[in-house]
Amino acid sequence: MNIHEHQAKALLKQYGAPVAAGVAIFSAGAAEAAARSLPGPLYVVKSQIHAGGRGKGKFKELGPDAKGGVRLARSVDEVKANVAEMLHNTLVTKQTGPAGKQVNRLYIEDGADIARELYLSILVDRSVGQVSFVASTEGGMDIETVAAETPDKIITLAIDPLAGVTAADAARLCDALKLDGDARTDGMSLFPILYKAFTEKDMSLLEINPLIVLKNNRLRVLDAKVSFDNNALFRHPDVVELRDLTEEDSKEIEASKYDLAYVALDGNIGCMVNGAGLAMATMDIIKLYGAEPANFLDVGGGATAEKVTAAFKIITADPNVKGILVNIFGGIMRCDVIAEGVLTAVREVGLKVPLVVRLEGTRVAEGKKMIAESGLNVIPADDLDDAAQKIVAAVKG
Amino acid sequence: MSILVNKETKVLVQGLTGKTGTFHTEQALAYYGTKMVGGIHPQKGGQTWTSGVDGSTLPIFSSVAEGRTETGANASVVYVPPAGAAAAIIEAIDAGIEFIVCITEGVPVLDMVEVKARLEKSRSRLLGPNCPGILTPEECKIGIMPGNIFKKGSVGIVSRSGTLTYEAVYQTTVNGLGQTTAVGIGGDPVKGTEFIDVLELFLADAATQSMVMIGEIGGAAEEDAAQFLIDEAKRGRKKPMAGFIAGLTAPKGRTMGHAGAVVSGGKGGAEDKIEAMRAAGINVSKSPAKIGEALSEAIAAFKA
Repeated sequence: MNIHEHQAKALLKQYGAPVAAGVAIFSAGAAEAAARSLPGPLYVVKSQIHAGGRGKGKFKELGPDAKGGVRLARSVDEVKANVAEMLHNTLVTKQTGPAGKQVNRLYIEDGADIARELYLSILVDRSVGQVSFVASTEGGMDIETVAAETPDKIITLAIDPLAGVTAADAARLCDALKLDGDARTDGMSLFPILYKAFTEKDMSLLEINPLIVLKNNRLRVLDAKVSFDNNALFRHPDVVELRDLTEEDSKEIEASKYDLAYVALDGNIGCMVNGAGLAMATMDIIKLYGAEPANFLDVGGGATAEKVTAAFKIITADPNVKGILVNIFGGIMRCDVIAEGVLTAVREVGLKVPLVVRLEGTRVAEGKKMIAESGLNVIPADDLDDAAQKIVAAVKG
Repeated sequence: MSILVNKETKVLVQGLTGKTGTFHTEQALAYYGTKMVGGIHPQKGGQTWTSGVDGSTLPIFSSVAEGRTETGANASVVYVPPAGAAAAIIEAIDAGIEFIVCITEGVPVLDMVEVKARLEKSRSRLLGPNCPGILTPEECKIGIMPGNIFKKGSVGIVSRSGTLTYEAVYQTTVNGLGQTTAVGIGGDPVKGTEFIDVLELFLADAATQSMVMIGEIGGAAEEDAAQFLIDEAKRGRKKPMAGFIAGLTAPKGRTMGHAGAVVSGGKGGAEDKIEAMRAAGINVSKSPAKIGEALSEAIAAFKA
């Protein structure tokens, strides 16, 4: 789960990280009061969407010469003028795709006198199974570009989970970021604070790009991107409240209510599969036979008939879907439960497109029998290859 | 022969009294009499669990340590829900269980970071979490794999995906090769056992004459495994091998069901993995339905 920059900064501020004063607004009318509550005279107006590249992004409605999604303002009137231009328009960045994202909220922040821009992130490094800091003196630019062009300018530091961030760890990060004087003092306290926030809130990514050294040689968190581990949200109701549903696909929101792993795609063959690997492989084999999948959908291991019914409804609600492939290899998932769910769904919502069902594994005989005896127009398949060819043929007519 | 589990393996069930634990313990007992020796429940120690299938019973112990002392168990399987799964694994580590299999899906990743640190200071091996378990045909089934698709034979199978493990098992049963052991290492980013660990065991196992490795997008475990195989081949340790990578069509930046299945920052893509595996001499199948065929080709080429 992702949150907005202003939410991430508020969270980091609770832990004592240095962030600028700022106010999030949802309407143009709130701009003046927000700006007047800040010290000024320099302000920054920042679009709040779940995508990077906002500064270089362009608003669809404003034409190519207009300013981007993050703007400097030198007076309260300039803040108001920028808010009026930005709010509710569509920002297109390299991460949003061509459709862009509507900006429903803006963050108005106190401006900063920047001396240097640094990069700092914390993530779970799967290669070592530990939480790691990634630091670079090359802040303010895409870290992937830095990694590709000057990999020696990036350092990675794994943290022992049983010891936490030691003074030696913090000192190494200070050295890597070339911090001295007050900035070094700030760094020595900031790094353990960020690690505490990361681990206590079960984050999966905390990226500060840039972390800045101000002209007075103090550190400040200038941007913050935070993602949380979905598997740990059950112990963070406060984090769940930060979720912004306007940032998510409506079908994916519906799927998440039933605890289904669903990703919307552009093709026309809807897929319902058990197991993430098989669900991906099913998409791959559809493509191999010359068609495109409409979605990724893993009904999971503990699926009930109700969950399968919900999954079927989400797939059939997508107008692009011209055929459906149900591919189940039962391990923890019983084939009779899948069959019952599919048949219930077909009876409830009807079946307007070809449906191919492939069942294998635990209680497969019972599942196949239920489908055969249902009297419904379901095309049975013997194996994955057979199933993929049958659905591609049915959709292509 | 086989790896990790055989007919001598004695298994405790952590989370036996739940619906999932009960169903799969019934299935395990029915699978060539896998030696399930007891269950663990902190409040139900001293009670008895009864199979709904054949009425057979298992003792319930209040802790893993007690269960191990009473039964001589050397393995445990964890069906405990996500919030308590890491604590259950740590309890098994502390009790000195040699082989722990965690089936639970949805364990918070930072819990696994702590588990991993504790594993490294112990003699226990963990398989999973978020995995289908392990099965040695006609000997031992730990986890949720469907036993009816297996056949005793010569192929060692290792996979990050549960259901794709079943595909590989099924296809190698149909083509007559059969399996020594099938190991599902699980789809989480931080886990107990990696491809390399299992491949090393398969290379050392005389009964395993060929291998199948099934990976997916995310991380670099397949690339690491490919390099390991190249290094071992230089030392003369080599077996014919087929493979498959799921997620060629997955969009970048999206997590595909498994917490570990995500292409991020331009890394972890399927193409790179396929290329690395081919460079290591693995016959990588384009179709998940043709893994068995790809292995037969690899075996024929190996002999030639």
